[in-house]
Amino acid sequence: MSVKELEKSATLEHAGDGHFHGDGILGEQFETLEQQNTSYLIGMWAFIVQEVLFFGAIFTAYAIYRFKYVLEFTLAHHELSVPIGTLNTFVLLFSSYTMARAVRAAMQNRHKKQAFYLLLTFLFAGVFMVNKYFEYGAKFEHHLFPGGDYDAHTIVEHAEKKGELRVAEENGKEVYELGKTRDGQFTVFKKVTPEEFEQRTRLFFGFYFVMTGLHGLHVLVGMIIIAILIGRAWIDHMKNKPVADYMPVEMTGLYWHLVDIVWIFLFPLLYLIGR
Amino acid sequence: MATATYTGTDKPNYLNWKTTVASWLLTYDHKRIGILYLVTISIFFALGGLAAAMIRMELATPKGDLLTSDVYNKMFTAHGVIMIFLFLIPSIPAVFGNFALPLMIGARDVAFPRLNLLSWYFFTAGALCVLVALFRGGIDTGWTFYTPYSSSFAKGEVSLAIVGIFLAGFASIFTGINFLVTIHKMRAPGMTWFRLPLFVWAMYATSLIQVLGTPVVAITLLLVAVERSFRIGIFDPNLGGDPILYQHLFWFYSHPAVYIMILPAMGVISEVISAFSKRRVFGYHFVAFSSLAIAIIGFLVWGHHMFSTGQSMYAGIVFSFLTWIVAIPSAIKTFNWMATIWKGRVHWETPMLYALGFMGLFVIGGLTGLHLAAMATNVHLTDTYFIVAHFHYVMVGGGIMGYLAALHFWWPKMTGRMYPEGWGKLAALLVFVGFNLTFFPQFILGYMGMPRRYHSYPEEWAVLNVLSTAGSSVLGLGYLLPLIYLTWSLKYGKVVTERNPWGARGLEWELVDTPPDPHNFERTPIVTRPAYDYNHPEEPTGFVPKPRPVVVGGKDG
Repeated sequence: MSVKELEKSATLEHAGDGHFHGDGILGEQFETLEQQNTSYLIGMWAFIVQEVLFFGAIFTAYAIYRFKYVLEFTLAHHELSVPIGTLNTFVLLFSSYTMARAVRAAMQNRHKKQAFYLLLTFLFAGVFMVNKYFEYGAKFEHHLFPGGDYDAHTIVEHAEKKGELRVAEENGKEVYELGKTRDGQFTVFKKVTPEEFEQRTRLFFGFYFVMTGLHGLHVLVGMIIIAILIGRAWIDHMKNKPVADYMPVEMTGLYWHLVDIVWIFLFPLLYLIGR
Repeated sequence: MATATYTGTDKPNYLNWKTTVASWLLTYDHKRIGILYLVTISIFFALGGLAAAMIRMELATPKGDLLTSDVYNKMFTAHGVIMIFLFLIPSIPAVFGNFALPLMIGARDVAFPRLNLLSWYFFTAGALCVLVALFRGGIDTGWTFYTPYSSSFAKGEVSLAIVGIFLAGFASIFTGINFLVTIHKMRAPGMTWFRLPLFVWAMYATSLIQVLGTPVVAITLLLVAVERSFRIGIFDPNLGGDPILYQHLFWFYSHPAVYIMILPAMGVISEVISAFSKRRVFGYHFVAFSSLAIAIIGFLVWGHHMFSTGQSMYAGIVFSFLTWIVAIPSAIKTFNWMATIWKGRVHWETPMLYALGFMGLFVIGGLTGLHLAAMATNVHLTDTYFIVAHFHYVMVGGGIMGYLAALHFWWPKMTGRMYPEGWGKLAALLVFVGFNLTFFPQFILGYMGMPRRYHSYPEEWAVLNVLSTAGSSVLGLGYLLPLIYLTWSLKYGKVVTERNPWGARGLEWELVDTPPDPHNFERTPIVTRPAYDYNHPEEPTGFVPKPRPVVVGGKDG
């Protein structure tokens, strides 16, 4: 908007309640669309920085215990389903792609295309959540949710089968020997009591549920916003609106890529390392 | 323009152009949101002060006779949680940042008015959670929520209080994001970075801390709640966790949080000192950058809270060194303020008294910080009343003095009424005397070894404790007076219609009506002079361009 246009609209629109309304897209606190758009972008990036620190703190805590209890955590890692994790990784990656297409469509004011790609993004997010549901369900079934009935026996059984844990006895008490079987020979790396083993694997699943839970919450919030944007894009399409504000989609896109990249860190840290 | 037909007091301002309850609770106006915050945090200041009064009354006698140790624990926890999370953190940023910052940079509003309102709702919701937790039996963890006590042993609604602080934390993050963007993008034409008032620089540094620090304490406290609910051993050594990790994560925010409380106050002091000495702030660039330096270095010093809790000695040496470095930008500010007053035409109005009080108390608070930053003396002084005195000198002597200075400085602009000057001066004097009487004896007590957080103490410390309690009643009176006379002035105070009752420089004084128009400026001003240009009284800092007449059917139409 040129200065001339701005002054004219300001003078005309001031007549009512004194508000400057612009042309419907421009917030009354802004002078130009360029100012508004860059404001939104800087604000969104500041929010993303905040999210990085939010997740960063818990990643730090996780890294410390991964290092401290590496053997126990490794055995707990093995209970996570790599196929579902991999599937979800690709689902999210594709959803990021469709989101990027939606942003592009929004910039070009192609509302129908935008609604289509947002819908795809929404569906991918839905697939992610459904997978998560089954994944969480399996953990509850095996008593791996760190609630009242947490029980590490599944981990012990699986580890015994793979020759990475041996139940032994020391001074009349049961101990777990953590180690590795090579050429039929079991080498002990570390001995822990069953209680310690239970605590530490419980800690792993605590981190697992908090981290993926917070991430899942972010996916859910994203889905709600995307659903609203689909509605808006569809209305714009039905009304044949020539120009719509693309910034909501752009910012949702930024948010969505953040959600995606958090998962890109969660997936290897929780599912892949230790294999 | 419709507004042009009004003259004098008839002119609608942001307070009276709409008066329904909904127009306040659903407002996007930064000035009204500032007022909402002012009212809310005043309530919490009173509550926190009440808890402090209970603490000091208990400590008036050596025996623990007024409160049981349990209730005493709950009292100092309530005092700390309320004063820090519900009063000091939002105090200057959310009240005066909201009210004054957009006016000072020539903006119609903050960049995100709706986020601004959301911030107030988050804060209020969080504050209600904390209140419910306190009234349903209270919490006794101390404001630091140290693990494993808070996660495995403490009874009561600790998790609910944590949820409350989590919400209030996000309110603070929203404020921070809002001001970051506002300062970057909403400055009026001509308002370059080095023409910004120093309050704005201080708010910029504060916002950085709010955005970078708060999420860490949010997730950390959330983990405490998770540990409480699910017995996951993140911080409790009995469950395989590490309590030092909690302290690291907690202080990563909570040390910089001290600068959230003090930096905006320093910004206020720059404004007030300059306005009441009628001089440009000496060393403007240094004062501006020292705010950023404090914000940045402030993130690297958190380990000085853990010298005696099991942190490695070598980490301690580094943290000790970095902590001393914070003294440099702090001293830069103090010396520059003194140089500003030097040969200025000093006016002794109430805001200036508070500003001078700030300078004295902050210097004591800052210098005793150096004792605590030295590892050897820290071992002797840690967890004693020396610490209590030190951080009260910084947070109360610094933060609240700055807050009161701001309150009196911008009061005529906010309300259109002048506070009674005589009472204001009396209150400022009472606050200064009462504060020193309350907290200076605590330095000595702490040095003698009186530990904090106990409700009884040996007889030989009685005299100093009685002094402290006596001082706290003077201080309490000093805080009560403004509450009374400021409320009184809303109705009976001298009406201020002139824009610039202080003869100060700055857009909010020169170009904004008193009280401000709902849209601050008739149109976006153009800034032509640097801040605090007292040497050129005939040159305004900026001007509001005249509207061009619209010629309908002319060559523009």
